[in-house]
Amino acid sequence: MKKTYLIFGLIVLSSLMFIGCTENDSEIATDNFDRKAMLVNWADNIIIPGYESYVASLENLDAEAETFTTSPSLENLSNLRTAWLNANLAWQKVAMFEIGKAEAITLINFTNIYPTNTEYMIETIESGDYDLTSTNKQDEQGFPAIEYMIYGVRDTDQGIVDLYSQEIANHPYKVFLLDLTERLKALAKPVLDDWKNGYRDTFVNNEGSEATSSFNKLVNDYIFYYEKHLRAGKIGIPAGVFTGSSAPEKVEGLYSGKSKELFMAGLDATQAFFNGKSPDSNLAVEGIGLKTYLDFVQDISGGEDLGELINVQFESAKQQAEELEENFSIQVETDNSVMLQTYDELQKNVVNMKVDMLQALNIRVDYVDADGD
Amino acid sequence: MKLSINRYINQTTKAAPLAVFRIFFGMMMFISIIRFWLNGWIEKLYIEPTFFFSYYGFEWVKPLGVYTYLLFVICALSALAVAIGYRYKWAIITFFLSFTYIELMDKTTYLNHYYFISLLSFLMIFLPAEKYFSWDARQKGSSDVVSKWSIDCIKLLLGIVYFYAGLAKLNSDWLFRAMPLKIWLPGRYDIPILGDFLHHEWVIYAFSWGGAIYDLCIPFLLLWKRSRTFAFALVVIFHVLTRVLFPIGMFPYIMIVSALIFFDARVHERILKVINKIVSVFSTATRNLPQKEVAIGEENRSLTSPANRLKVTRSENARTPKWKFTLLTTFFVIQLSLPWRYLLYPGELFWTEEGFRFSWRVMLMEKAGHANFKIVDRTYGETFYVDNGDFLTSFQEKQMSFQPDFILQYARFLRDHFASQGKEVEVYVESYVALNGRRSQLYIDPSVDLTKQKESFKHKNWILPFKDEIKGI
Repeated sequence: MKKTYLIFGLIVLSSLMFIGCTENDSEIATDNFDRKAMLVNWADNIIIPGYESYVASLENLDAEAETFTTSPSLENLSNLRTAWLNANLAWQKVAMFEIGKAEAITLINFTNIYPTNTEYMIETIESGDYDLTSTNKQDEQGFPAIEYMIYGVRDTDQGIVDLYSQEIANHPYKVFLLDLTERLKALAKPVLDDWKNGYRDTFVNNEGSEATSSFNKLVNDYIFYYEKHLRAGKIGIPAGVFTGSSAPEKVEGLYSGKSKELFMAGLDATQAFFNGKSPDSNLAVEGIGLKTYLDFVQDISGGEDLGELINVQFESAKQQAEELEENFSIQVETDNSVMLQTYDELQKNVVNMKVDMLQALNIRVDYVDADGD
Repeated sequence: MKLSINRYINQTTKAAPLAVFRIFFGMMMFISIIRFWLNGWIEKLYIEPTFFFSYYGFEWVKPLGVYTYLLFVICALSALAVAIGYRYKWAIITFFLSFTYIELMDKTTYLNHYYFISLLSFLMIFLPAEKYFSWDARQKGSSDVVSKWSIDCIKLLLGIVYFYAGLAKLNSDWLFRAMPLKIWLPGRYDIPILGDFLHHEWVIYAFSWGGAIYDLCIPFLLLWKRSRTFAFALVVIFHVLTRVLFPIGMFPYIMIVSALIFFDARVHERILKVINKIVSVFSTATRNLPQKEVAIGEENRSLTSPANRLKVTRSENARTPKWKFTLLTTFFVIQLSLPWRYLLYPGELFWTEEGFRFSWRVMLMEKAGHANFKIVDRTYGETFYVDNGDFLTSFQEKQMSFQPDFILQYARFLRDHFASQGKEVEVYVESYVALNGRRSQLYIDPSVDLTKQKESFKHKNWILPFKDEIKGI
């Protein structure tokens, strides 16, 4: 009996040793990748600072809305618009992090659903009776709704100033505008507070690699954002990719004409995240993130430089997008093919990230039993 | 020859191993179903989706809405009945039918493990697993011997699973590229002790080769008496390791418990004694239940006293009808040949997946894809793309994107969907698939109108050829 164990033990051991020796030469002396360090980088250098400047920009937006509604003037309108744009740009940098509190309150659905249903919204304003926390009201609030209130509600700037200058007690438009800016703050602040009071540690310590780990969840959220919000929402849907007929009224920034600026901010932010950087930092080198993780696993498995390929594709998408009009609705109406080409460039990185990157990093989409595909 | 076959089928052996197997199998299945339920998977996999991927020929098998829960209740209860051996024949038939129905509802959830359970429960319908240490035995008479073939059937099925899983690993990706383990293992560096080694190339190769050698050898090591204990230790180590490293569910435990069947009856008698003790604690507590005393002579057919079982000296094989042997032989011939059906198809098996399922190709590849469906509407002359999220869950979309039969079924569903809107459409797909860490490449011919393709077992010539080569079985 003893002999049998010995024999089999030896066979197994020796075959393993043999394989070990023959393959050892190509081994690269790398230390283990530190997923926790990556999560720390994401939380401390990208996500939390991102929410901090977003919340600060919302304070400013709220203050400017207050100023404008108390003393409506062309100058104050212009200041309010600048504040709106800055807050919206800050939003584009955190929109992809739909995790934790943001996920629980579906932050993105209350912050940036467009097009705004202006018909319903006017009814809501005039009725004076509304509950902005209701999911039916998601397309009557957030940045697109505020945009309508300060760009689109009247044909001219003077007309808008005049509207808000009317001497009415509890002016419904004033009240509603302030409710909207207040609402954005009320949504964003708890998210930031949650990150600062405990969630950061929960996030960072959930460093495993299973489907419920922070890493898996956030990367899935990131790709979902890239695919559904950036690629489809900002470009594909108005270009009519999913219906066959273009829909210029469905662009982001319809009334302000800032579609391109907002889109570019979103695209830059997704690329920065890929490289482990905050979009606001001028870091020339990448931080610990998806790019460095890809480099790590590809040192082991060989294969093409996927991180580089994805960055190259980000650049060509940006280059293509440079040709777009500032206002996408004009672009859709004059020459939709540029929109479609931009969509195609964005789509290529969906494949790169969703197929090649998820495979390389072994990221699961769902928690279900598996025995290999 | 004929004589030796006859002699074999008349051979008897102790019934205890089969009884233990029945008990553990039933318990494992019961726990699996409870776990499945508690994970919310009934809701997620069978209630929430609006569309289900059917097996060819089983399109009529669909989830039953809220009654799907009832189906799981039936399945769980029958598993429990199998464990205690209560009306065993009916219980195991009910279990086989309900479990298999569940598996046929949506092939998105296909796992070799589930297929194994279906096969095993089918096999168990024809085995006298209730003859000993069961409720039925207490009522109708116990027998401490059963025909040897009945236990050998289970050993054979287990042997096939392992050996074929080992054969399937004999390919260049597994052995010489250490794929897909090179993708799966390095990320698990956070496992205590072992984790520190998982990014070393030689460790990954050792796992690959070790796994293949294990699968090929383990049935024989378990059969040979002298290596049996060592082999069982390997079984435990191997499956615990797979449990730690992969999201593999209950399967490792089921395999560990199943491998006990290879041990001789003494081990099982000891296990039964332990079970007996546990049961008698319960039964003395609930003794008030009316007990049917069957007073035939001095025989005491008590479940709780296996020592006083009815001795059946007469070989019961004489009663085994011939059709049973014919059926079981056919079953095993099919089992042995089905994994080879891939040879009838051209192209790389891992790429086309024609003949991939039902072949014990377990943990063999890492495949991912993205499928973008283009609809050309001939009625209005429009072209547009489908948002798969409108019709599929994320899990279904993932599984669909790299399996041609899924892609075809979904394309035909899309055609019908748009037809119901009064649109006559052509459906094309732009799909990219990555296999075992290779760069993704175009998967399906994007110029083929999928509505014109029929579902069948024939080769799908609209799958684009794989740009690399994987050598081996």
